[in-house]
Amino acid sequence: MSASVEIQLIAVVVAVACALPGVFLVLQRMAMMSDAISHAILPGIVVAFFLTGDLGSPWLILGAAGTGVLTVALVELMRKTGLLKEDAAIGIVFPALFSIGVVLIARYAGDIHLDVDAVLLGELAFAPFNRFVFGGVDLGPKALAIMSGILVLNAIFLTIFYKELKLVTFDAALGAALGFLPGVMSYALMGMVSVTAVGAFDAVGSILVVALMVAPPAAAHLLTHRLPTMIGLSVGLGAVSALGGYWMARFLDASIAGSMATAAGVVFMLAFLFAPEQGYVPQAIRRSAQRVRFGRTMLLIHLLHHEGSPDAARECSVDHLEEHLRWEHGFAARAVRSAVSKDLVIRSGNALALTTTGRDAAQTALVHM
Amino acid sequence: MMEALFTDYTLRTVALGASLLGVVSGALGGFALLRRQALLGDAISHAALPGIALAFLVTGSKAPLVLVTGAALAGWIGAALIMSVTRRTRVTYDSALGIMLSVFFGFGLVLLTYIQRIPGANQAGLDNFLFGQAAALVEKDVLVILGLGSGALVLLAVFWKEFKVLSFDRAFGATIGLPMKRLDHLLTALFVIAIVIGLQTVGVVLMSAMIIAPGAAARQWTDRLGRMIVLSATFGAVSGLGGALVSSSAHHVPTGPAIVLIVSAIVVVSLLFAPNRGLVWRRIREWRHGRELRVDAVLLDLYALASQHTSSDHPHAERVLNVMSGVSASARPTLRLLELLGLARKIDASRWSLTPEGVERAQRVIERQYGS
Repeated sequence: MSASVEIQLIAVVVAVACALPGVFLVLQRMAMMSDAISHAILPGIVVAFFLTGDLGSPWLILGAAGTGVLTVALVELMRKTGLLKEDAAIGIVFPALFSIGVVLIARYAGDIHLDVDAVLLGELAFAPFNRFVFGGVDLGPKALAIMSGILVLNAIFLTIFYKELKLVTFDAALGAALGFLPGVMSYALMGMVSVTAVGAFDAVGSILVVALMVAPPAAAHLLTHRLPTMIGLSVGLGAVSALGGYWMARFLDASIAGSMATAAGVVFMLAFLFAPEQGYVPQAIRRSAQRVRFGRTMLLIHLLHHEGSPDAARECSVDHLEEHLRWEHGFAARAVRSAVSKDLVIRSGNALALTTTGRDAAQTALVHM
Repeated sequence: MMEALFTDYTLRTVALGASLLGVVSGALGGFALLRRQALLGDAISHAALPGIALAFLVTGSKAPLVLVTGAALAGWIGAALIMSVTRRTRVTYDSALGIMLSVFFGFGLVLLTYIQRIPGANQAGLDNFLFGQAAALVEKDVLVILGLGSGALVLLAVFWKEFKVLSFDRAFGATIGLPMKRLDHLLTALFVIAIVIGLQTVGVVLMSAMIIAPGAAARQWTDRLGRMIVLSATFGAVSGLGGALVSSSAHHVPTGPAIVLIVSAIVVVSLLFAPNRGLVWRRIREWRHGRELRVDAVLLDLYALASQHTSSDHPHAERVLNVMSGVSASARPTLRLLELLGLARKIDASRWSLTPEGVERAQRVIERQYGS
């Protein structure tokens, strides 16, 4: 495999592994927890590194996961005192833990390969150089092996506890009543987020993990109402962001991780603008169509009302609509145009008259009102 | 350590910058905390990064004012996008925060690495904004912090009343005819300024602590807005100054993390020891109440027993009291307490009786509980 293919493969695996817990974070309104955890794992990594002296040791992952769960516990502890809101607790805990990590690195690990830039930003381009060799056989890049392992773990966890996660996400009270221990599920989910974050920090850095955990699921949430579809879409959109980001980085000769986050942002923005039901543009189009339909109906009823009356000639004219119905010029014109194009009204010069279908439509509308 | 403040030029600059920054972010962060926008500060500080890079790309200048302006514009756009996305779709506030934070930051990173590869562009110093480099603060930077920060504080003072209404009862403000939307925009703009002037000193990641922590600590000490904001600014200043001093005297302790750790310690102390709200006092109060309830319960048991006898100092067996007190296994510790308070008397190894004071107090308790 060439380095380019390997990098793309790692990027996709990272994105997919992040999207799986991300779906539940987004649905449980805990998205910012991913930000907190991905920063707070730093001291865990550092301490585990001091103990083992090896950056590739699996203890690092466990140490980081432990700190991640500790973060959640500390936030929960602070929130339970009732003295602080949850968001404030999050915003205090993770910078404090992160600072401890930075100070530890600065004081005791000045000359090893563990600097803050690497943790925050990651560098995917170097991933293929760090290879996993077992018994003299090259088994591919280490990052790929680790992330694939985490992806499989996440998938297994999700499959086994799918029902429980779903229940706790959508109706925690029912879950508790049925004995499903929402607290335990929530900690398990946070453990999953921690493990994924520590696996991914090497490749994409801790801030961009947040992009891959939150943006694809949030975009998927705009596109569907169904959980299985949302999971599938998140995985797909995550993979698209990863590949799009890789090629963008290659084109600009810029940071791969940053480009992946940017691509995830573009994917989210597209969903925000164009999602069929929730999107901004379809909503605007629907609103505008509704306004025209309302105006057309009003016009028909107005014409029906004044038809055959002595002042019909004056009332049933385009100019008069603006005065009588207090419509703006453009809107009146749009309503008339729409009514004429649907053969409901005949326009001759300034005068308007209902057609037979128009009269029927006006009467139906009146009945329905 | 303190005298170095007056002799060491670099330390003086850094300390001055860090404490000014603490005052501004403490004061405005207090409002953000009350408005439940604590994490918005985190998102804005990350979102500012592409603004810094673009400002450099467009102007080619690294003047602090140019970069801060770019940062402020990008931060403001990020905040506006968060509001717009949450208002128009079912994307929740936390998701919007997470997306803007990481995507803007990622884009900023792309721009920074892109700039790095432009021949001739000297980007050195731009990545100070990522992690903060307080030691690199020079007079020019401090002047920018001073200028923008005091401007923000003056506006905060001028619109104090309006911002107070905005934070506590927005609907009321709208009914008395205040332009709430514009005030909201103004306060958010001041908030953005407070954040971007701190980026160079403590960096993107730790800025959120500078915004949230002083306010969260100050909130524990008082229920009055004015006092809280002054206290919050003071905490900010103290941790800024302390961080600068610690990192200059201890070897290899970066200023940003030092500031954050000091302010976090202030939060913990406040949570534990602030009068009224502090956890320690609350625990002591609970313990006192519990003790009072137990004392009264055993006292009343004794009184009930005594009332079945002719004299109130008739001795009663401890075992009976154990049974009567029900919930707790033994009445012995409470009886000891009664003895200490002079309400009961130990007759022999296992029997107790009321003292006259005990009778009096029991009658008072009954009166209070059941009326006379």
